[in-house]
Amino acid sequence: MPVDIARMTKVFGRPESLTQARSTYCPGCHHGIITRIIGQTIDELGIAERTIGIAPVGCSVFAYLWYRCDALQAAHGRASAVATGLKRARPDLVVFSYQGDGDFASIGTAESIHAANRGENITVIFVNNQIYGMTGGEMAPTTLVGQHTATTPDGRDPATTGYPIRFSELIAQLDAPVYVTRQALYDTRRIMDCTKAVKKAFQNQVEGRGYSLVEILATCPTNWHMSPIQSNQHVADTVTKVFPLGDLVNRGA
Amino acid sequence: MRERYLLRGNEAIAESAIRAGCQCYFAYPITPQGELVEHMAHNMPRLGRTFIQAESEVAAINMVYGAAAAGVRTMTSSSSPGISLKQEGISYLAGANLPAVIVNVVRGGPGLGNIAPSQCDYFQAVKGGGHGDYHMIVLGPSTVPEAGELTMLAFDLADRYRTPVMILADGLLGQMMEPVELPAPIDMASLPAKEWAATGARGREPNIILSFDLSPDNLKKMNLALQAKYAEIRKNEVRYEEAETEDADIVIVAYGSTARIAKTVVRMARAEGIRLGLFRPITLWPYPYEPLRALADRVDTVLTVEMSAGQMWEDVRLAVAERANTPFYGEMGGIVPTPKEILTEVRKHAR
Amino acid sequence: MPRGVVVVDGERCKGCGLCIAACPQKVLASSGTLNNSGYDVVHMKNPDACVGCAFCALTCPDIALSVYREKTSA
Ligand SMILES: Cc1ncc(C[n+]2csc(CCOP(=O)(O)OP(=O)(O)O)c2C)c(N)n1
Ligand code: SF4
Ligand code: SF4
Ligand code: SF4
Ligand SMILES: [Mg+2]
Repeated sequence: MPVDIARMTKVFGRPESLTQARSTYCPGCHHGIITRIIGQTIDELGIAERTIGIAPVGCSVFAYLWYRCDALQAAHGRASAVATGLKRARPDLVVFSYQGDGDFASIGTAESIHAANRGENITVIFVNNQIYGMTGGEMAPTTLVGQHTATTPDGRDPATTGYPIRFSELIAQLDAPVYVTRQALYDTRRIMDCTKAVKKAFQNQVEGRGYSLVEILATCPTNWHMSPIQSNQHVADTVTKVFPLGDLVNRGA
Repeated sequence: MRERYLLRGNEAIAESAIRAGCQCYFAYPITPQGELVEHMAHNMPRLGRTFIQAESEVAAINMVYGAAAAGVRTMTSSSSPGISLKQEGISYLAGANLPAVIVNVVRGGPGLGNIAPSQCDYFQAVKGGGHGDYHMIVLGPSTVPEAGELTMLAFDLADRYRTPVMILADGLLGQMMEPVELPAPIDMASLPAKEWAATGARGREPNIILSFDLSPDNLKKMNLALQAKYAEIRKNEVRYEEAETEDADIVIVAYGSTARIAKTVVRMARAEGIRLGLFRPITLWPYPYEPLRALADRVDTVLTVEMSAGQMWEDVRLAVAERANTPFYGEMGGIVPTPKEILTEVRKHAR
Repeated sequence: MPRGVVVVDGERCKGCGLCIAACPQKVLASSGTLNNSGYDVVHMKNPDACVGCAFCALTCPDIALSVYREKTSA
């Protein structure tokens, strides 16, 4: 029996806050899911007309193309400083930065920590895929011990390269942040949890509460040399052992 | 109504920035521009404006990038090593067509150098210390009142051309106290709206602010647009001063604090019958090549005096193009040349 | 169970297979048809089993799926 969708209820579609532009990400890359979650959040909060996105340098350098809102592209690692300047200039706007692990937790370490420490009223989406995706799969500060990357061909050796940095835990030590959480996307339940976390991080800003950070454990099937499904499994089985999921800071309402 | 104050160069710049409507100021402390930061720390919050002591100069210039993108007037200041750290950010500002004012109160270099006055950052300022084919407007004040005036101008030029503008001062000017007449604060409502700014896409298409394009064809177009803007600036904004050049056989070319000292030298030389004049570039970019070339046709010697190993000297020689002798006299390391020393040099070239 | 329908935007689908794994009803599968970018587009292999839960769409990184559900009361 043919179904007539005109007589059905649409329960899922493209968020209005997203443009029609096609994503530049590889098949199965979690950057795309996060984009959709942010778009949906902007829709639900009705803030598209006053939201400004800050794109980093990394695979998400084109993030400004995805949202129907004003956007900037920031220098590598400096998105939190750029967000600070913008938000201080126009506190009525909703400002979010979208940063990879190299961007946020390596080259941008100082800017990331100090924006958090000042309690800037911004929302930071920190995409931890344990790799430098854009430049061809080099080691990130978050790369797991033993993980093979383009610059750790024999696996990450803590003796010379240290250990994966739990940056959200560092930020959680500070007094100012109101919300610091680590989320993942490897199954439907995690996607739903992450969606709630992202919404909360935006809501905090809209309500003037202060700095919110959502770290998201993401995949990079291309540079992990795994299928998208194997990548999800890897996050579930291995990555979450090093980077435990859950709220690290949740102050106030 | 103009008000009269006794101010250091650093304070005159800070106070003028406030009167020019600077809404957000971000900086990291460094000598010899500490008074500038302190003046802003004291006054900006009282006016309901933003002052952030940033975690670094890198952070400060990127905060400027964010505030400029939001369409407000914004400034950062520093001294030589700190300005080196800002270079990537300045290149991004130029590439993204964002207006901003950057103050460099130059100190002795290279490296940590010292905190004494110098002009050793000229190349970095006018040739582009960051990456890419860009320029910024560079203004070289030589007195405290002029530091104030050029700061007001810097904000106007930045907005008019959507470009970073640098005030290239030096430690001497920053620390020196002089009476200054400050103009009344500008009426912010009189400034044209910035339709391009990231202020929320309400009833319009999104505004996107960026400095890149992966397509070489498009990036070339972006560069051509920048070059067209620079041509416009070169045509409209060249500023310089000539003193006692009408009958001169020799002219000194100097900017900033050195030009101020050179004015004394002109008086001393004239007193002993040497027909000396002064040519003082006020815009260091765009450089006043044509007027200097015209002057070179009328004199025997164009003597460049600088607190550097001879950086502006290259532009002087480009301008003069063998039309006159182009000797150089300079000091380095934070040593300020005295009028007597410069006069001795002038005498060597007198008829 | 209400019936659901998934509409695939064939040009957005990158054939990553995440939706196939996410579907609790085993509705989706590769179609074997390549789109203009060369990706094997997903399709509803067992359309009758679809309950319109949208788990597939939640996991799709390319927002290639729209989900419709039968109205429960008319
Ligand atoms: C100053 C500077 N240094 C280096 C680079 C090169 N670069 C571009 S993206 C990148 C790493 C990005 O990794 P990450 O932030 O983890 O983002 P991903 O691509 O993994 O999403 C690097 C090193 C640059 N663009 N600018
Ligand atoms: S390289 Fe990795 S992070 Fe980048 S788009 Fe591809 S899968 Fe995603
Ligand atoms: S809506 Fe639910 S049942 Fe239908 S295809 Fe998607 S995941 Fe499967
Ligand atoms: S998840 Fe999306 S892109 Fe991947 S196969 Fe399914 S429809 Fe295609
Ligand atoms: Mg990464």
